[in-house]
Amino acid sequence: MTPTLPPSEPSSPAITPAPAPAGRAAAPSGDYLVEMRNIRVSFGGVHAVDNVTVNVRAGEVIGLVGGNGAGKSTLIRTLSGARPADAGQIFVDGKPVTISNPRDAKALGIETIYQQLALADNIDAAGNVFLGRELRTRIGSLDDAAMESATRKVMGRLNPRFKNFKSPVKSLSGGQRQSVAIARAIHFNARVLIMDEPTAALGPAETAQVRDLVAQLKEEGLGIFLISHDIHDVFDLADRISVMLQGKLVGTVDKTKVTKDEVLGMIIMGKKPDEVTEKEIAELHG
Amino acid sequence: MADASGVLPASTASEPARKDRRSVLSSLEIDTRLLGMIGALAVIWVFFNVISGGSFLTARNLSNLSVQSASTAIMATGMVLIIVSRNIDLSVGSLLGFLGYTMAMLQAVWIPTTLGLGFDQPYTWIITIAAGLVIGALVGGFQGLLVAYAGIPSFIVTLGGLLVWRGIIFRYAQGQTIAPLDGTFRLLGGGPEGSIGFIGSWIVGALMCIGIVYTLWSNRRRKRRYGFPLRVMWAEVVVGVVGCLAVVAFVAVANAYPWPSTLATEYAQSHGITEPPGGLIIPTGIAIPVLIMLGVGLLMTYLATRRRFGRYVYAIGGNPDAAELGGINVRRTIAGTFALMGILVGVAAAVQSARLNAAVTNLGVQAELDVISAAVIGGTSFAGGIGTIPGAILGAVVMQSLRSGMLLLNVDSPTQDIVVGSVLVLAVGVDSYLRRRAS
Ligand SMILES: Nc1ncnc2c1ncn2[C@@H]1O[C@H](COP(=O)(O)OP(=O)(O)OP(=O)(O)O)[C@@H](O)[C@H]1O
Ligand SMILES: [Mg+2]
Repeated sequence: MTPTLPPSEPSSPAITPAPAPAGRAAAPSGDYLVEMRNIRVSFGGVHAVDNVTVNVRAGEVIGLVGGNGAGKSTLIRTLSGARPADAGQIFVDGKPVTISNPRDAKALGIETIYQQLALADNIDAAGNVFLGRELRTRIGSLDDAAMESATRKVMGRLNPRFKNFKSPVKSLSGGQRQSVAIARAIHFNARVLIMDEPTAALGPAETAQVRDLVAQLKEEGLGIFLISHDIHDVFDLADRISVMLQGKLVGTVDKTKVTKDEVLGMIIMGKKPDEVTEKEIAELHG
Repeated sequence: MADASGVLPASTASEPARKDRRSVLSSLEIDTRLLGMIGALAVIWVFFNVISGGSFLTARNLSNLSVQSASTAIMATGMVLIIVSRNIDLSVGSLLGFLGYTMAMLQAVWIPTTLGLGFDQPYTWIITIAAGLVIGALVGGFQGLLVAYAGIPSFIVTLGGLLVWRGIIFRYAQGQTIAPLDGTFRLLGGGPEGSIGFIGSWIVGALMCIGIVYTLWSNRRRKRRYGFPLRVMWAEVVVGVVGCLAVVAFVAVANAYPWPSTLATEYAQSHGITEPPGGLIIPTGIAIPVLIMLGVGLLMTYLATRRRFGRYVYAIGGNPDAAELGGINVRRTIAGTFALMGILVGVAAAVQSARLNAAVTNLGVQAELDVISAAVIGGTSFAGGIGTIPGAILGAVVMQSLRSGMLLLNVDSPTQDIVVGSVLVLAVGVDSYLRRRAS
């Protein structure tokens, strides 16, 4: 571990090192795959993200939660290169990196499923999965057949009932579009996966599929940021939970050390578990 | 038809017929929009032929039509990509004039006189065309940089370009016409000399047929390799045969147009041939500008559909934010479409000035309107993300057919404008109606 990387979770008592992932060489505890430190993003004077520090280890899922407008999407968009931070530093494997556009992020193995999906509506599923990373033949032509074939394989894993490989994604259902966005993110051997409400448009069966996928990718050693409004989902899948409120980080807690009520208290009142009174918990259920 | 029982049998009776028709089309896997355009073009041709008493569908008129369409069609292929990526280029007409004028000066004044190298040097035409294409790319690319990197709307940048490039011509040309042009360069304009003749045309036709068959075969092989559903064999054969027949018809028409008799007589005398009693018949064959148009069309179709650049242009048009988030360098791609447009304007400028054998100050005035109309009649949508190269070429031919047909009928030019303008609006109206109904 480089000396430039001090432990960055001084406030949370509930942190424990994640178990060494099965797939990759076990990293020393606290050795983060990605750390976003003191990130700040402002929109015309308003701090959408204010001095937030979050991190993820290989083989770990971080649940990022908070109410609407808390700044979750804005925070992770600095990591995916969509909107670089105004201040703060990002470390990958302990080394500082500059991510000024989505290409930079992808080059570092950081893949994103955006909340708005970010698909080219007039292009088919394979074209979207491979957008920006097209397979080409020897003479540099697009190899559409190879891309379609690969897309069929990924889709078989995500959403076996997906059949519309020829139509532009505009004509797909919300859930099918979401499957395309997920396929794009997982097909390129990502090291870090950012999922901004990946199951928002999915039916129960497809949601279950995505949950299995998250567990499986975690097993393979990816570091995953999972943004979700479904507290049960987060509790099932995440190892640690980072809570944001009005652009600030309320805290990061170990899932095994907190209850759902305590996390709800953090989301709504911005108070850490040890600051909340019995009365306030009772009011939450009010 | 009032009761349900009366409705039912009727609808079931008509159902299979409709299904059949659709399944024939779908097993042919042809772009129905393109098919519709070809149909519309056929209607226009037959209409003018009937009205004009059979003088529209003649080898002579069709050959002229194809040559006259070439310059607009060449530029329209670039305009498709510009419009598909949600931009516009209003400067192509002025740029055409500017490049045509520059190329004329280069070959008729600067190389022979200013540099003292003399007229009709073997290298003159190559240097001239290279210069035209490079300057076109630079000017187009510069406008592209302003659009993509400086964030100035393309409408504004190219509206400025429309005024600037035309202004520069008027300023420096002082109304002068530059003529005559280099002998070899002039061949780019077509005419008896600037055509590839009987044998050349059939060779090109044969190559085109081989190209069609090879494309069908290699697509089929690629699909089979990945186990995708194949087009049924009879459909494959129908597409191949129809495609080759179209090529044969095209070559036959080009070859059915003979040299003018005076030129043929001159040719006979200068080559020591004794003219047969009916006069020497020399088939003109495919004109070089038409050949250039076909080449540009093929290249641009390949670029648009089978290269990364084209895929990115369409992705940007479909959703610019998604394209950016997908890791596409949106700005570079946009700037690239404008640079490419500049190159194509250079090609068109060469064709047009060669055909006139001169550069005049109003070369290409209002050409931007024809080019944009051709792209739009060809199915390119201003909403972005939709448009095809073959469609735009067909659009250019439709436009030119209307103009030539009306010229044949002695319709005056204001009336021509009224008709072409109305057809433009009508075509786009019908297209967007059909699109809405389809989705
Ligand atoms: N492009 C933008 N311009 C101006 N303000 C923005 C922009 N994007 C986000 N914001 C503001 O930043 C704040 C955080 O928004 P963000 O989208 O990050 O919230 P979120 O936590 O993802 O919410 P949700 O759960 O609804 O997706 C909001 O107040 C929002 O209005
Ligand atoms: Mg969000």
